[in-house]
Amino acid sequence: MVLQGPEFDDSDTLTSKVTFWSRLRRHRMAIAGFVVLAVMAVSALLAPWISPYDPTAIDPRWTGEAIPPCFTNGSACLGHWLGVDEVGRDLLSRLLWGARISLMIGFVTVIVEVLIGATLGAVAGYYGGWIDWVIMRVTDVFLSIPLLPLLLVLTGVVVASSNKASLSLWVIVLIIGALSWTSVARLVRASFLSLREREFAEAARAVGNGDLRIIFRHLLPNAVAPIIVQATLDVAGVIVLESVLSFLGFGVQPPQASWGSMLANAEANVTVAWWAAVFPGLCILLTVLSINYIGDGLRDALDPNMK
Amino acid sequence: MFTYIVRRTLVSIPLLILISIILYVILSNAPGGGLGPYLQNPHITPADIARLKHNLGLDQPLPIRYVRWLWTVLHGDFGWSTSNSEPVLDAIASRIPPTLLLMGVSFVVSVAIGLAAGIFSAVRPYSFADYFITTFAFFGQSMPVFWFAIMLQLLLAVHGIPLPAGYQIKLPSAGISSDYSNFSDLFTGANIGDTASHLVMPVVVLSLLSLSLYSRFMRSSLLEVTKTDYVRTAKAKGLDNRTILFKHELKNALIPVVTVLALSLPGVIGGAVVTETIFSWPGAGRMFINALQQSDIALMMGYLLILAFFVVFSNLLADVLYAVLDPRVRYD
Repeated sequence: MVLQGPEFDDSDTLTSKVTFWSRLRRHRMAIAGFVVLAVMAVSALLAPWISPYDPTAIDPRWTGEAIPPCFTNGSACLGHWLGVDEVGRDLLSRLLWGARISLMIGFVTVIVEVLIGATLGAVAGYYGGWIDWVIMRVTDVFLSIPLLPLLLVLTGVVVASSNKASLSLWVIVLIIGALSWTSVARLVRASFLSLREREFAEAARAVGNGDLRIIFRHLLPNAVAPIIVQATLDVAGVIVLESVLSFLGFGVQPPQASWGSMLANAEANVTVAWWAAVFPGLCILLTVLSINYIGDGLRDALDPNMK
Repeated sequence: MFTYIVRRTLVSIPLLILISIILYVILSNAPGGGLGPYLQNPHITPADIARLKHNLGLDQPLPIRYVRWLWTVLHGDFGWSTSNSEPVLDAIASRIPPTLLLMGVSFVVSVAIGLAAGIFSAVRPYSFADYFITTFAFFGQSMPVFWFAIMLQLLLAVHGIPLPAGYQIKLPSAGISSDYSNFSDLFTGANIGDTASHLVMPVVVLSLLSLSLYSRFMRSSLLEVTKTDYVRTAKAKGLDNRTILFKHELKNALIPVVTVLALSLPGVIGGAVVTETIFSWPGAGRMFINALQQSDIALMMGYLLILAFFVVFSNLLADVLYAVLDPRVRYD
């Protein structure tokens, strides 16, 4: 009998790395997501060189009248491809610089979140006992306070008690990261509970490795797959969260602008200058959609049985 | 089961106390320390502030203040809301009916559409309809809610559709225009049509995200069940597809879905901070934003604590429902 079908592609003769890439390639939306995200990231990195105008400068030719995007009425856009915002700043340049802030907050926050979550989850799962109990109760506390209101209160306290403009991006990153590590911690703990009983962990212990070395060199690499999937999806979640905070005025403060804070200013003028409200949101939607598809593809590729 | 519920309830008490301590510490660091609105009033002298501080016990160390606060809360007094000039519990209670109305309607709409779409696409996996629904769900899940709300407003404005974008209550007598007045008016006679027209946009916005989540969840849960042996047995017996779906598959596929629905309970009570703010809906979420902007600490504290209580409660409810619906699950 000749064996056929997709199951056979994943046979043991192939290394797991090869199956990973071949599975990922089959997920067309994930590949499209990678491409879109790469374009976003590269243009964000190159913003200082490719943005046509200074994102904070008001065009001196601006008279207070709305300047629409070029594709709507040709030459009246005065060289502003996507028009100007409600105070006469070039929208395209602001989008490019806003991408730096939105994407940076998304990725760096998730790094913070994974560092906290993986460490706590690994310690809880590896040691068990009362250490596990304490860490899991702390996780329960964090999971029981609704995230968005708590974030608003925390950033509100920081915004009000410091000079408004000095609410640095790092404060936002640290606050969101410090509140959203719980899902990563639970995932890592669950993997560690079974990993620590496996023979290779026993062997690592038998040769006299220390706990730290066993946790980080032997166990953690085996728990990486679910962390990667969760972290990817969380980048999308954090980008949305930051945009909500900034939209409500509790996130990124001027003169800096993220996609979310650009929308806060554009909302009131939406009927006069629709482009200033449409494009920043479209950037958020495209980025988040791409990341969600990437996360979906990674989940399928890393472990088809994972839910 | 009974002992399980009792034990979980007992564990919730220290959990809630811990949550209240964390919230109290955070909020006591808010500027003004509970006297924010008075500090901005030029008619209140520093001497008055000092007197207020002393009378309200705000000059005491933090642990003493916390214990006193906890004591009054346990007696059903959440303090005085400075932004509404009424007791915190009254302020929250008056926002519950509009929030329940908005969130309840959104919940029913998103459950109905979400589950139907999920079942529909799981019955025809990898068909065109399935791809369409899953793609739509991906978009819905990735959509920033507030931007969707702005786009809807723009769309209606451009096409001149007369749906109200913001909430304004009509007071028949006098010329008072306040959107926080008598909510029983919302549900009576002539106002029902007006209320319904104000509901359309926020309900559409709120439903998009949750119906996307529900449909994806329903689809994967049903697909999982379709692979089981007992479904194959049912097919082998020659039962028709409709009987298999409704009598055999759905019964089990709905179990995890119901627990997910139970977890959305706190949102129904707490309202939607962003959507209510954008559409000026006079609910609990918007009240919270107002409290935040006016550093009304007592009200924020009450809102967050009540919400945390419902989160803990709905977690317990989800676990209990899971065991009730699925006899294979045993807690001991």
